Formats: sequence, structure tokens, C-alpha cells
Amino acid sequence: MHIVDRRLNPSGKNLANRQRFMRRAKSLIRKAVHESSASRSIKDADQAGEVALPAQGVHEPSLHRNATGGIRDHLLPGNKQYIEGDTIPRPQGGAGGGGSEGSPDGDGQDDFRFALSRDEFVDLFLEDLELPDLAKRRVVDAESVTWHRAGYSVSGSPANLALLRTVRNSLSRRIALKRPKPHELEQLRDEIAALSPDGEDDARRIALEEELTRKQRRSSLIPYIDPLDVRYRLFTPQPKPVAQAVMFCLMDVSGSMTEHMKDLAKRFYVLLYIFLKRRYKHVDVVFIRHTHQAQEVDEETFFHSPETGGTVVSTALEEMQGIVAERYSPDSWNIYAAQASDGDNTASDNDKTAALLTGSILPVCQYYAYLEVGRDSEHFPPGFIRRDSDLWQTYTAICKTGAPMAMRKVGHRRDIYPVFRELFAKKQATTGAETT
Amino acid sequence: MNDMGGGMGGGIRAERPLFEGADWDFNTVQRVHDAIEQIAVDELGLDVYPNQIEVIGTEQMLDAYSSIGMPLFYKHWSFGKHFARNETLYRAGMQGLAYEIVINSNPCISYIMEENTATMQTLVIAHAAFGHNHFFKNNYLFKQWTDADGILDYLEFARGYIAHCEERYGEAQVENLLDAAHALMSHGVHRYPRPRAADLRSEELRARERREHEERVFNDLWRTVPTKDAERSDKTVDDRRRALLQLPQENLLYFLEKTAPRLQPWQREVLRIVRIIAQYFYPQSQTKLMNEGCATYTHYRIMNRLHEKGLLTDGNMVEFLRSHTNVVFQPNFDDPRYSGINPYALGFAMMRDIERICTEPTAEDMNWFPAIACASDPMAVLRDVWANYRDESFILQFLSPRMIREFGLFHVLDDSNEQNLRVEAIHDERGYRRIQRALARQYDIAWMLPDIQVVDVNLAGDRRLILHHRALNRVLLEERDTRFVLQHLADLWGYDVLMKEVDPDSDSVLKEHAATPRAGILQPDGS
Repeated sequence: MHIVDRRLNPSGKNLANRQRFMRRAKSLIRKAVHESSASRSIKDADQAGEVALPAQGVHEPSLHRNATGGIRDHLLPGNKQYIEGDTIPRPQGGAGGGGSEGSPDGDGQDDFRFALSRDEFVDLFLEDLELPDLAKRRVVDAESVTWHRAGYSVSGSPANLALLRTVRNSLSRRIALKRPKPHELEQLRDEIAALSPDGEDDARRIALEEELTRKQRRSSLIPYIDPLDVRYRLFTPQPKPVAQAVMFCLMDVSGSMTEHMKDLAKRFYVLLYIFLKRRYKHVDVVFIRHTHQAQEVDEETFFHSPETGGTVVSTALEEMQGIVAERYSPDSWNIYAAQASDGDNTASDNDKTAALLTGSILPVCQYYAYLEVGRDSEHFPPGFIRRDSDLWQTYTAICKTGAPMAMRKVGHRRDIYPVFRELFAKKQATTGAETT
Repeated sequence: MNDMGGGMGGGIRAERPLFEGADWDFNTVQRVHDAIEQIAVDELGLDVYPNQIEVIGTEQMLDAYSSIGMPLFYKHWSFGKHFARNETLYRAGMQGLAYEIVINSNPCISYIMEENTATMQTLVIAHAAFGHNHFFKNNYLFKQWTDADGILDYLEFARGYIAHCEERYGEAQVENLLDAAHALMSHGVHRYPRPRAADLRSEELRARERREHEERVFNDLWRTVPTKDAERSDKTVDDRRRALLQLPQENLLYFLEKTAPRLQPWQREVLRIVRIIAQYFYPQSQTKLMNEGCATYTHYRIMNRLHEKGLLTDGNMVEFLRSHTNVVFQPNFDDPRYSGINPYALGFAMMRDIERICTEPTAEDMNWFPAIACASDPMAVLRDVWANYRDESFILQFLSPRMIREFGLFHVLDDSNEQNLRVEAIHDERGYRRIQRALARQYDIAWMLPDIQVVDVNLAGDRRLILHHRALNRVLLEERDTRFVLQHLADLWGYDVLMKEVDPDSDSVLKEHAATPRAGILQPDGS
């Protein structure tokens, strides 16, 4: 008898089968992921999760009999009352016969549920999305530069001399200009020396000596290596992609923001966070809340602590500006900002907000997203035209100038994901980059 | 706890039990195995393949589930699907895992789960490594249809071959082919042994015997008898063609592998692999009841013996009995937990019943089972039963009136033309035989699977393949699935396929299904 311990065998033996299955069911899974993400809570938005597929999509057919019709025999245990010849009314819900034979969910018609790993989920979740303007737009400083080979140049330091290329150039020049080769001169000299000294070959000797002089002259005129041939390896500086990002979450927490609106905003932030995390090694999140004054807070306070006061958006922008200056140099950080608000702002503040945004915030930001959250139940009588909010009007003007900025309105949590996709869809990203 | 033995022990009591509590290590497993082997081989007279016990974790058990229990298998998405489903159910706590999986191979491989307690491991070793193992080695169906020595090597070859095909012809091609083959897998087995192709030596032997026979019976008078050679040509072209194609043919995969006009050689080989694996599992589906009955009876005997010998503490024995009782529980038909007859319950009860008939038969038993009543050695009778029967014949032969009464079995007839169901037979004198026959038929593979055969193909004309389904009791095929499967069949065959559902009583056609091959699925050019 042998006992073999297989527990240490490499796990994931089924991975190849799983990948094949995922590939086959991909379109179904993608749909299921998008549906399930709408109903998920925020905390586990990027966790592994269960999705349900319609069973028919990955159906394995086989030849088998119908469940109904014809003559059937049932052999059942547990007879207590029946005697031969009794009749039993046919059970409802098909002619399954005798009790619960053939349970209804044994037929494989129900959904096929299975769990996706975190990576698989996020992959499908964020499929086809692209960060706008992934490369840093700002001028890079020396610290974040790497040197890359960029061909050859005619000038450079001796240490960078490209020997092979130089000699190759010299060879082609010597061949082109027909510089005599050393062994040709040698051959001529030998020939002259071999002529008899008694003068009968004089004519020939003179001809040969003339030839020799001509060739010697030519070889001294055409140098073996000319400065023209010399090449140096060329290096050019390239900006190193900045592998860290900071995400500013700005939110209006004044009394007019309901819990529902905050929840919508939170969902959007979570999506943005997951998304950034997949692109950058390191993502910092800064929470700035504002009423008529702004302050940086931790996440818990940001979402849950109630606050009252007026609404002055520019305070939040100033706070952000300050934090950027203090901690997040635009040279080494990719800065993303997402602002959520119900659109209210003190009328006198709009101009200041616009100036701050165009003057100091947008130039350092990779992308600025503005999300205007509305009430779910908001509903207006027909004919009533809803006026755009102050902030919306202000921002629309800025957007028109082609700044790296996007704005959307969201009323229900089911809209969050489509809006997010819309903002970061690949096509959008390229146009966004061109305008900058 | 260990000295609370009680006085029921037979033979010498061991000094101390094999283990106490729930913990175990490899030495425990070894000791347990050796103690069980002694009982199984010496006392019960079991004949087993050498054992190989493999300890695995949860994920590996799920793995084994998804590839029909085999330790190595080729890759296909359907296995990934089963894995995903089982994993989800397991993680959600909706489904427990089997305690063991045992493979019909030589050496016999049993997987035991690392989470099991020591008692469960003992139970599993007795159940799988001896009960199932004995059945695999001795039952005539397994002997006839499976090659325990070669199966692991064959699976290794199959996995390698299919991986090679994927590399060479692309994963999509192989996947389509396997999809089609899997759909036909249930109809890819030979139900009856076929004559083997004779090798040269036996051919020569036969020729010599025939010649000797001719010499012996030679009578010159036969030469003068007029023959009816004109009649030989009466055999039509159709009949000859059918004979050449071995029609009618019920093994669809075999037929396609040998005859499909447009398959590549590698595609035929893949069909063959699927067919051979289906054939390997063919005996298992016919012996489920007996196999489990045999294994359950064996573990029950062994565990009791271990306890008698003092090798198992009372506490562990209670743990075993609890688990055993759960396994052999049979809910009644009106119980919400009812989902068919539990093969463990019926199998175990019938084995115990045979033992009882051998040792303390009643007058009724003497009447019904004269051959085994009062047989001196019940184990010898059981070993003979395990070797020579399958579920259907086993029930027909050994389902005693007492069992029918104990289970309260009754037979209900459901005719879709009638308004009500009718109770045909119950546990009384008039009913015993009828219940035996009806129950046996439920285990007959010819009644479980639809009877589908290739009956004809017009090779000279449009090459349309014609199949018949003999619709037993007017039960037709499930339409949706049949359409899918026929589509696969048409892709493999390369030309149109027609399936007729025939009423076997009147030979009238009840329904027809047809399929046309899709271009580019399996045939490279698709023209």
C-alpha cells in the first residue's frame, strides 16, 4: 500500500479549463458582470463575486427522452395506503407522477451561478476603458528622465564612439574613392624589384614606378579614417512615466446634499479608485469636503459626518490647490480630481471658481470629472424646463474651451456605471488627449 | 473511553485502539489500512488490487469532480464549467464534498480528503479501498469492458494527443470537435461484446480445424446435389451495403470514426478517445446499486469487526454509525427530501438481506431462494453475486418479498392517454414478482437510454444519414436537445442527417428531426 500526499501538488490544475470556459462564455459573463455590478455594495465593488449566467449559453446537449408523455413506470418506496388498482389523480405541474419525482430544479433550466476571482471580475468590469492622457503632460524634471538609445550622431564624447559604425563608414568611403589597398602597393614594389637590373626593361620599370608613385599619392590623400566617418552613439532623454497617482475627491456636504446623493457620489469615487488602481502602482486618495469652507478629512468623515452651512465651491478648489503645492508635485504625480455636487453654489462665487479652475487646477490635472447628482425621485411636471444649475453653467463654459474636463449628470445608481464608462471609453480618451 | 468496551467482542481484543479522537497522520492511515486489510482479505475473503491512497485538499477534490473523478484528463471548457459550479455550491455551503473518490485502476487509487476525521478516513478506506476495489476487480462487467492496468496510461496519451491537436490545428477546431463528441458520448458505447479481429495464429488454427472437419465429413454425394446458386444474387445491393457498414449500428461515435467520409485522421482519433473513455465508464452506470451496496456492506462489516476487536473506540464507532445512517437513509416518496431510490440504501439493505437469507431463512425465503437459503457461508454467496450480476439481473434475482415490504415499494403506471395514474402492484403476493420486474427494468440500461441506431446511409446519392429512435412506450426525445445533438452529428458526418422516431409496435413514424452541417465548424473547406 502506498500513501501519497497530493496536497502539495501545484494547485490551479483546472486553470486551463477555467480559461476555456471563460472564453466561451465571455459575452454572457460580461453582461452578467455589468448587471451584478449595479446591485453590488460599494465595499466589495472590486472584490471577487458571483455572477449568474443563463444556463442555456453553456449548455451541453445530449440525447435523452422527454420528461412527459407516453407510458411511464414509477417505482416508489414508502407505500402506506395504496392497494392495487387504486387511481391517483395526476399531480399538478406536469405528469411527473408519484410524489416529488423529478425535482423541478434538477432540469438545469435555472441560472448557472459561479464565482469570478477579483482579477477576472475587474478585468471584465473595466474592459475597453482607457485613462485619458495617460502620459504626463507636464514638462518633466531631471529626476523622472531615463536615457534611451536614439540612433547615431556625428558629434559626441569619445566614450560614446560607435566603433563599428565608424569603421563601416570608412570602408565604404575607401571603396568608393578607390583608395589603393596596401597589398597592391606591395605587389608593385615586388614587381619593380624583380625586374633585371641591367636596363633592358627600363620602359617597363618607369611605367611601374610612375604607377607606384601615383598610388602612394592617392593613398596619402585619402585617409584611412576621415572625420567624416566618425559616428557616436546618441542618447536622448525620455520622460519616465510617473507610476503614482493621486485622486482628489471633492464633495459638497452642505445640507442640500442628501444621503442618496452622497451614495451616488461614493459609487463614482469607488469606480474611479478601482480604475486608477489598475493603472498606477500607487494611488493616493485625498478627500476634501466643503460647505462654505473646505477641509481635508478621512474617508469615514467624508461620507458619513453630517455638516451644515452654505456652499462655496471655490474653497474646496483652494484647499486642493494648497495640498497639491504642499504634497503632490505635478511633476511626480498624476493628478485626478472628481467633484460631486448637487450644483448649488453661492452666486458670487462662480467667477472665482471658474478662475481657480482654469488658472491653477486644470493645468496640473490629468483629468477633472464633475458629477452632478440629482434626486432619484426628482420629477417635474410636463412643460417645466429644468434650469441648469449655477455650477453646471459655469463648468459648461470651461469645458467648451477644450480643457481636460468632463461633466455628467446622474440621478440613479444604475446610471453611475454607464456614465463612468462613457467618461473613460477609449474613443473619448483619444479625443481628450488631442485637445490638450 | 477506550476501556468501556462491553462484552460483545469476538476473538482477541486488541490492547489499544488504532487511534483515539479525530486526529490522524500517515502512520495512522497505514495502521488503519493494515488492520482493515487483515479483516477484508482474511475474514471476508475479498480479492483486491493493491491500494494507493492519496491525500488531497478541497480544491483537488473539486478538480477530480469536474473531470469525472479521473486524476488526469484532457482540457475542455465543460470541465471548467463543472468546476465553477461545484466550487460555487461548495463555498456557499449548499453542497458537501464526497468523502472519497475511487478509481478503477491497478493499483486502485483512492482519494481521501485532508479535512476528514480519523474515523471518516477509516470508513473511507474500508468503503473505497476494499469495497469498491473488490467490486472493480471481480465484477464481470468491469472485467469485460475496462482495462484497469491501462487506463491511466491511456488517459495520459489522450491528454497529450489532444494538447498536440490543439497546438497543431487550433483550439477552436478541437473544441468544436470535442463538443460534438461529448454530445454523442452517451451513444458512443458498445452494448454487446463484438467478435474480435482474429490474429494470424488463431486464423490459421481455425482454418486447420475447418479443413479437418471437412475431411472428416467428406461425402462425395454432396457434389451431386443441385445447388440454388441463382438465389444468392437475390440479396439486394442495399443489404450488402448495410452489411459492409455494419448497419444497423447503435454506437454512433464508432460509426462516425470508421465511416464519416470527411473527417481528418486526427479527428477520428479524437472521436476514438472520447468513445473509449465512454466505454470505460459504461459498466459503472449499470452497477451503481451493486457497487455501492457492496462497498457499504463491506465497510459496515469491517467497522463492526474493528470495534469488536477493540481497534475502534466506542466514541468513534458512534461517529461512524451516525455517518453510516445518513448514507443509507431512504426517504419515502411523499417526503420533500425524496429524489429517487437511494442506491446506498437499497444496495446495502439487499446485501444484508442476502446474508440473512443465508443464515436464518424463513419459509418464504426457502421458497423464493432455494439455492442460497441455508448456504453455509454468506460471504461466498455475496462474492459470487458481486462477481456475476449487474443491477438489473441482481434485482430480478435477489429482491426478496421481505425487502419489498420493508421499503413499501409500489408500482405506479403513468399513461399520458389516461386521466389518472394507476397503482399497478404493491407489496402483496400478487405484486412481488411484478415489482421485481418493474424495478429491475428501471436499472436496465436499455430502458434508461433511448434506443438510437444508424439504420441507413445513401452513399451513392446525397449521403444522407438516417437514424431511428425506437420510441419505447411512445416516449419521444426531448426536442431542443435533440436538435443540438443532431446538429453536432451532421457536422461530424459532413452531410444531411435525418432522425426518425419510430413506434416499435406499429413501425409508424411518430416524428422526424433533420439537420444540415454548418460550414467551417469541423470541415476545413465547408463546401
